[in-house]
Amino acid sequence: MNGTGFIDRKGWFFIAIVLGAAVLVPVANLMVPEGSPLHVSDYLVPLLGKYLCYALLAVAVDLVWGYCGVLSLGHAAFFGLGGYAMGMYLMRQIGPRGVYGNPILPDFMVFLNYKELPWFWWGFDWFPFAFVMVLFVPGLLAFLFGWFAFRSRVTGVYLSIITQAMTYALMLAFFRNDMGFGGNNGLTDFKDILGFSISADGTRAALFAASALALAGGYVLCRALVTSKYGKVLVAVRDAESRTRFMGYRVENYKLLCWTLSAMLAGVAGALYVPQVGIINPGEFAPANSIEAVIWVAVGGRGTLVGAALGAVLVNAGKTWFTGLLPEAWLFALGALFVLVTLFLPRGVLGLWDTLAAKRAKPADTAVPAAKPAE
Amino acid sequence: MRILRATRSGIVSLALLMFAGILFLTPATPARAQGAAADPAGTIARFGTDSYGDTEAALGALSVSGDPRASEIVEALRDGRLLFDPQTKAVFLRSPAGAVTDAATGAAVAAPPAGLRPVRMNNRVRRAVDAAAGALALVSPDPAKRLDAAAAVFKSRDAAALPALDAAIAKESDARVKTALAEARAVLIVGNPSVAEAERVAAARLIAARGDQEALAALSNLPADSPAAVKQAAAAGIESINSSLAMWAVAQNVWYGLSLGSVLLLAAIGLAITFGVMGVINMAHGEMVMIGAYTTFVVQEVIRTSAPFLFGWSLAIALPLAFLVTALVGILIERTVIRFLYGRPLETLLATWGISLILQQAVRSIFGPTNKEVGAPYWMSGSFDIGQMAITYNRLWIIVFALLVFFALLLVLKRTMLGLYVRAVTQNRRMAAAMGIRTGRIDALTFGFGSGIAGIAGVALSQIDNVSPNLGQGYIIDSFMVVVFGGVGNLWGTLVAAFGLGIANKLLEPFAGAVLGKIIILVLIILFIQKRPRGLFALKGRAVEA
Repeated sequence: MNGTGFIDRKGWFFIAIVLGAAVLVPVANLMVPEGSPLHVSDYLVPLLGKYLCYALLAVAVDLVWGYCGVLSLGHAAFFGLGGYAMGMYLMRQIGPRGVYGNPILPDFMVFLNYKELPWFWWGFDWFPFAFVMVLFVPGLLAFLFGWFAFRSRVTGVYLSIITQAMTYALMLAFFRNDMGFGGNNGLTDFKDILGFSISADGTRAALFAASALALAGGYVLCRALVTSKYGKVLVAVRDAESRTRFMGYRVENYKLLCWTLSAMLAGVAGALYVPQVGIINPGEFAPANSIEAVIWVAVGGRGTLVGAALGAVLVNAGKTWFTGLLPEAWLFALGALFVLVTLFLPRGVLGLWDTLAAKRAKPADTAVPAAKPAE
Repeated sequence: MRILRATRSGIVSLALLMFAGILFLTPATPARAQGAAADPAGTIARFGTDSYGDTEAALGALSVSGDPRASEIVEALRDGRLLFDPQTKAVFLRSPAGAVTDAATGAAVAAPPAGLRPVRMNNRVRRAVDAAAGALALVSPDPAKRLDAAAAVFKSRDAAALPALDAAIAKESDARVKTALAEARAVLIVGNPSVAEAERVAAARLIAARGDQEALAALSNLPADSPAAVKQAAAAGIESINSSLAMWAVAQNVWYGLSLGSVLLLAAIGLAITFGVMGVINMAHGEMVMIGAYTTFVVQEVIRTSAPFLFGWSLAIALPLAFLVTALVGILIERTVIRFLYGRPLETLLATWGISLILQQAVRSIFGPTNKEVGAPYWMSGSFDIGQMAITYNRLWIIVFALLVFFALLLVLKRTMLGLYVRAVTQNRRMAAAMGIRTGRIDALTFGFGSGIAGIAGVALSQIDNVSPNLGQGYIIDSFMVVVFGGVGNLWGTLVAAFGLGIANKLLEPFAGAVLGKIIILVLIILFIQKRPRGLFALKGRAVEA
């Protein structure tokens, strides 16, 4: 700790990189002429933006898994709900420009013979409302789920399995056409966000910057949380839940707050993700996605926040690279990653870095002791 | 199957209707037919003139002649196998195999004259053919055909068929067919104002006793001007039918539920070992099921190409092979990965998930991403009826098989040395080691055993599910739900949970629809786990807190 408060050196480094990217990538995309080696292509901007959304999701997962010991296999549910809330706003912005030209109903509703807008779509044409919903809906689900689960002391593997069941149930639900969320096809064909064309370079650059800001903000929030007194108790819950309870802490309340916050962060990540990829469908709820988010955290280093974000970017960059190069081999690589990281890298890439750094520091340490007695 | 039967009887009823039309609406025809009936050879000779009118008349006569060969001739005419010699006007019958006989006598004709032409048909004649076929079916020598024809009349509710029916009842000797004919007759007279009231009431009772959907339709379509007594009898009948139908519907749903439960049991039973007994969160469990299914596919391919006569045995051959293959894969996984992760359940979950991805992709690379065709042996296809519910053989066998596997597993765990060791190691590893049990080996064997059971389940599930690399993923969540719901480490709990969830799911389906029913079940399980975090039948004691 270098005395600058709750953010350590690694944290400042991380924030600097993310904020630097928030400025540099749009600049390199918009201002630097094409053909220049510094130019960031139009293809790359939303891709990098997507990685940042995943990184935010990973930070959210790390908050509950790394600091609270709750292995969530259902964070895709919160990510997806946030995404759907944003998708609903974007759908409403299409207005009469849909294929059927209906000024009120989105295309899929015309197609499915809806007569009027379902009540749960009300208000989504107004961005502030949609933004609140992005936080509120995942937060509410997480609160209700956590309220029941933590109160009845469902822990460990059982909790993991029911979180998985939760996202699975949501996936099945959203696949139904009569749920009013576009069924199988989800929401797509977006046109505008806040009045700006969603496919314009400027909008994409802005969305990228927004993702970077959200990631940095999410990191600072989580970091503030885990370094506070509250965070210390959280770690105590993770390491010895019963003992913490015996000491008089209301363990379930600590867990519930952490869990709900994490879900809201995941919701924000989903909301930023949707305009950048241009579609949200029930496939986002697939349990496999949640488990993948967990492996990002494991790869980067559980309980480090920075590592989670790093892991998300690393794994997804690897995925993009691999699927371009050897599409068949990606699942082999991902599977091997799961096995190898759990077997040989329990502290992730960041942990490996720390170990190596400590080893390099050690020889220096052994040289110092001679001076120590003199102190 | 049911649709097929419905269309067939629909055709027969249509035919009967038209047959009746010919009999009663065109008075000339019966008169001519009557004249010809005394002389079968004369009737048949009329086909030889190849005039549409004569052909039609001959058909009418044939259908009431009682000639045992009548239906054969009508059949031949329909298929264009009834031939005539343009010179002599003699009529011949060619069998589908090609042998030619004299149509009038049935005697084989060794050297048929050259230049035979089929008797021509127009639409009118074709209708007459269908009508004649329907009427002949009522007196057909084959009881199954008579039964179908009776059912057709029952459905058509066409009063014009009554005389033909009366004639058929008088001749009928088979008790089952007689009942069916009587029921058909009851349908025709219950709404007939010219019949005595008492007879109509009796008819209504007879129909009600049938107790199925068609009887319900027949009773509900009573004319409004029917006498009160008849109406009352019909209303009582409708009520009794409705309540019995509702019961049958519940029974059918329970059956579907048992069937789903057996699938869940099969999918979960291996997991009950690896997760329930050993405590390994085995996310690759579904892939063991998948490998078992692919083993079945490979076995069937080999049999198809090299020993087709063994096909009926293909599943029996696949069972031990699937067990061996998946057990070996399981042991390999346990020795190389899982053994380093004991006591770290969340890490085990991630590592086995990674293994499941690798196995899926491996199968996809080897066999391709598309569904593979796994055939059913003859003894697993088809269905039979119990009362108002249909039971298919493959579902029945899978239920039987799931129970067999379950009890075999129970036997192994409770009655063999391996089972004793397994229980000892899971209850107290260090004490078991102190007693001289090689715990590492037992771990590997147990995991292999659980995986092998999953492979066996794959053989059965290949019969009812698509064999694709994603087969296992569909079962993994359900399997965990079953094991957790039933209580980890409790095999009987797994059994109860599988069938309980299966039946609950199917009973919900009529009200909520398939997907929503499944969602409701998932939500209920999530809530249930809140209430009883250790499942229905939790193990009690200190060991479970570890």
